[in-house]
Amino acid sequence: MSNRSLVSISDYNKEEILEILDAAADFEANPNRSTLKGKVIATLFFEPSTRTRLSFETAVLRLGGSVIGFSDAATSSSVKGETLNDTIRMVSCYADAIVMRHPFEGAARYAAEISPVPIINAGDGANQHPSQTLLDLYSILKTQGTLENLKICVAGDLKYGRTVHSLIMAMSYFHPTFRFIAPEELKLNEEYRIFCLMNNIPFEETTELNDNINDADILYMTRVQRERFQDLMEYERVKNVYTLKNSMLENTKPNLRILHPLPRVSEIAPDVDKNEKAYYFQQAQNGLYIRQAIISKVLSV
Amino acid sequence: MEKELKVAALRNGTVIDHIPADKLYQVVFMLHLDTCDNQITIGNNLESAKIGKKGIIKIAGKVFAEDETNKIALIAPNAKINIIKDYQVIEKRPLSLPDEIHEIAQCNNPNCITNHQNISTFFNVIKDETGTMLKCHYCERLIKLEEVKIK
Repeated sequence: MSNRSLVSISDYNKEEILEILDAAADFEANPNRSTLKGKVIATLFFEPSTRTRLSFETAVLRLGGSVIGFSDAATSSSVKGETLNDTIRMVSCYADAIVMRHPFEGAARYAAEISPVPIINAGDGANQHPSQTLLDLYSILKTQGTLENLKICVAGDLKYGRTVHSLIMAMSYFHPTFRFIAPEELKLNEEYRIFCLMNNIPFEETTELNDNINDADILYMTRVQRERFQDLMEYERVKNVYTLKNSMLENTKPNLRILHPLPRVSEIAPDVDKNEKAYYFQQAQNGLYIRQAIISKVLSV
Repeated sequence: MEKELKVAALRNGTVIDHIPADKLYQVVFMLHLDTCDNQITIGNNLESAKIGKKGIIKIAGKVFAEDETNKIALIAPNAKINIIKDYQVIEKRPLSLPDEIHEIAQCNNPNCITNHQNISTFFNVIKDETGTMLKCHYCERLIKLEEVKIK
């Protein structure tokens, strides 16, 4: 059993989070190395996620390592009924570490328990996606120069959005103030409201995007998914209320940066892209350095 | 208690009393009494001043380990466990939920890996001011005690 796996953001304490962010800055300065020469990393994607897979694979290749794996369960032996247990045991005979995306929640924790090589969770259903959280933190640190005492507005789907939940947990070390902006149907779960209360994290909740972003350092937008709504009329209304337009940024702070885990649908209008406060594409690029840092940490190279 | 002892006349063993009537058979299966060879007396839908209708189980010649009886706290937290020796109650055992629950509960999250592959369930018991909850070790879902499903 390996304790170097990264399954959940809560597997890392504050020091380890800062260590990863430091390492990522190093990789950004010098992303092409040969520290993984001779190492094989498996990327097992039991459900497709092109963006995350390419980011992990690029991270390996730029460090001189090699990649094996599959990008869709349909091309793996799980379609023949092979258990996750057997797949992990088989692949761990070939690879030095396993990056895994799985549609079921808890799959990564289970894999980490049975695998002799480290598991990096690249998303287990709606549960955890720690490399996304770390790249969010890196993006916040890079754009604000600090993680401490920031005002963070989080908007969109706060009920099902796993990136939001992990962000709250990871930021809890750094004295943030949150404003949660969500329609009634998608407001933050009780579980995370209690988490904030217990960790003395001040927060407020509103249902309107409009003027509520003017005092923010970070605006973290998430996708409002149609399938979450029983009433499609309500979806259409909410979709319009939660569309960020360039004109809405007029009175915001100069240091405000807009983050989004991507892919976006309609929640950020295209005219925001050219505003210097839009940071979501650079944010995606930061993912590469964070993943280089994570892979290097789990392999101790 | 006096009345109970008359009925039971259990010389040595364990009495589990004040089980809510609708939970009785869950307790039977949880303790694997369905495959137990000892003499067992099961009563159900008995009148109870405290809980309306109750169930009672008497197992002769067997004293359960504490981690066995503590499982009962999961579904019948107010049940009473009495250990009997020579017709006397020698131990009134308080029920306390263990810190970890293995196997017996099922995760409520339909998308949890434990509901799709042959994996033993494992929950951590979380106690805070809002009450007691189980947290699935795998999918990390929090489950209220009253919503826990027993396998």
